[in-house]
Amino acid sequence: MAEIKNYTMNFGPQHPAAHGVLRLVLELDGEVVQRADPHVGLLHRATEKLAEHKTYLQSLPYLDRLDYMSMMCNEHAYCLAVENLLQIEVPLRAQYIRVMFDEITRLLNHLLWLGSHALDVGAMTIFLYAFREREDLLDMYEAVSGARMHAAYYRPGGVYRDLPDTMPQYSAQITRNAKAMRQMNANRQGSLLDFIEDFTNRFPAYVDEYETLLTDNRIWKQRLVGIGVVSPERAMALGFTGPMLRGSGVPWDLRKKQPYEVYDLLDFDIPVGVNGDCYDRYLVRVEELRQSNRIIRQCVEWLRNHPGPVIVDDHKIAPPSRVDMKTNMEELIHHFKLFTEGMHVPPGEAYSAVEHPKGEFGVYIISDGANKPYRMKFRPPGFAHLSSMDEMARGHMIADVVAIIGTMDIVFGDIDR
Amino acid sequence: MSQRSENLAAALQEVLGAGAGAVTQALGETTLVTGAAGLSGVMRTLRDHPALRFATLVDVCGVDYSQYGDQDCAPGRRFAAVYHLVSLAHNRRLRVRSFAPDDDFPVLASVVDIWPSANWFEREAFDLFGIMFEGHPDLRRILTDYGFIGHPFRKDFPLAGHVEMRYDPEQKRVIYQPVTIEPREVTPRIIREEKYAGH
Repeated sequence: MAEIKNYTMNFGPQHPAAHGVLRLVLELDGEVVQRADPHVGLLHRATEKLAEHKTYLQSLPYLDRLDYMSMMCNEHAYCLAVENLLQIEVPLRAQYIRVMFDEITRLLNHLLWLGSHALDVGAMTIFLYAFREREDLLDMYEAVSGARMHAAYYRPGGVYRDLPDTMPQYSAQITRNAKAMRQMNANRQGSLLDFIEDFTNRFPAYVDEYETLLTDNRIWKQRLVGIGVVSPERAMALGFTGPMLRGSGVPWDLRKKQPYEVYDLLDFDIPVGVNGDCYDRYLVRVEELRQSNRIIRQCVEWLRNHPGPVIVDDHKIAPPSRVDMKTNMEELIHHFKLFTEGMHVPPGEAYSAVEHPKGEFGVYIISDGANKPYRMKFRPPGFAHLSSMDEMARGHMIADVVAIIGTMDIVFGDIDR
Repeated sequence: MSQRSENLAAALQEVLGAGAGAVTQALGETTLVTGAAGLSGVMRTLRDHPALRFATLVDVCGVDYSQYGDQDCAPGRRFAAVYHLVSLAHNRRLRVRSFAPDDDFPVLASVVDIWPSANWFEREAFDLFGIMFEGHPDLRRILTDYGFIGHPFRKDFPLAGHVEMRYDPEQKRVIYQPVTIEPREVTPRIIREEKYAGH
């Protein structure tokens, strides 16, 4: 009889189920994984080193490009760290706007995760459904910042500008008749807040649709139940955060446990899993969609009734208004100094973490008093999750590796930085 | 928050004693600076002691202090690893910093056997700063290219690097060559004296 040897297989970096540029070296015994060795770094851009050569304002847009599926949450962690070093208080309205857009970002991220995870394990329809809703959410990004993805909307001290009073509308095209256009523009007649509110009214029914397609689906359960089981103690030791930790039954969410901004004033629940497998993590994330929707509704309600400033009044940190800049010599100097030399951050160090859709995203800044950070370190949640790939995949089949990659919700922008 | 961090500082002093290192509190965060010699023991106590119970290591960050404040650092104070710990049981955070004694060959004890999550973070600090973690099972490069030379996040490593890659049509393959771009700094780095412009 022929001797059977282990077989080493290369997976990626250009594999559709690798979610970007993951190269996975799998040692197989038949179809069973004996060892998984992920090779990362193919997207390494040295963002942290680049930030050491940029002013605090110039490095902000790099944050969007880290985890490019949850842009504003990255900016949020960075702004919190800089604000902590500067010891400034952000206006309440800006805090609500940030929380609202954090949750919109969570919807964006989880919808992409849901669509691509389901696509990986063989369900096509859900992908199209998820992208239908993402379109509306990206329109909210566009309305507020002008960019659909890389917003650069949060700034140290607040947000760049207040929410717009009008919503951009679809314009006439040769392929659309007037009636179809009126229908498409029907919920864009009011302000951005009206549009968001309309979305939050529609969204729970959409989540029901996703659940109808997946939650009791026999194939979906066969692919996910009992796959990649992590015990709570092991999840803590492996540095898991976010839905990966909560899927194992640990009720740990920074929004509740170490609240930042106005999360302690809002009403929402933290879902936790029981078994710590891929299916529980799926259920946790789907419930988070519903909870985020609740938070957005509360923020919309508050923002409607409380106008006010959205960025601090200190012109060494935030730029003055255009009118002031053009009519007032001092403001002109402030404007010039801020955009050339940038703000000076007092010496010290700060680590700020936010509950990013994927887990704890932290920004650690060491400042020596210059206009650029001395050292900036990002703590990407996916990095810790992916490092446990070997442990989670061992003993599973090749097809389950795809499900485990999907459940980790990895994006290489932040793992490779 | 401040109440919590004061409790933590008191607990640290009580459990670890004065010999373990200096505890400082700034900006609502607690930092323990500990020597490289007793690092493993201190870390194990931090994880296991019932008053501390830092069960999760969130981050390991390498730092090169050689140009901090535009001044040369003291010998043995160049490379440091900064660990961020979270105690889910007590809902507290702690930062631990440890300097590597030798600047030319920085070595620190690995904490992989205490927290498995340190594995990749230590590989990253090794890759980017050249800090060796003694006892690490698999200290390979992680983020840089296969066959990369040097440690790119050290302050003496130029931003543009040493080599660049291009396709050579004559040899019909990708080749490495010395960088051809000029280093350029648009905004200079400035540290203002204290009380500058009334601050």
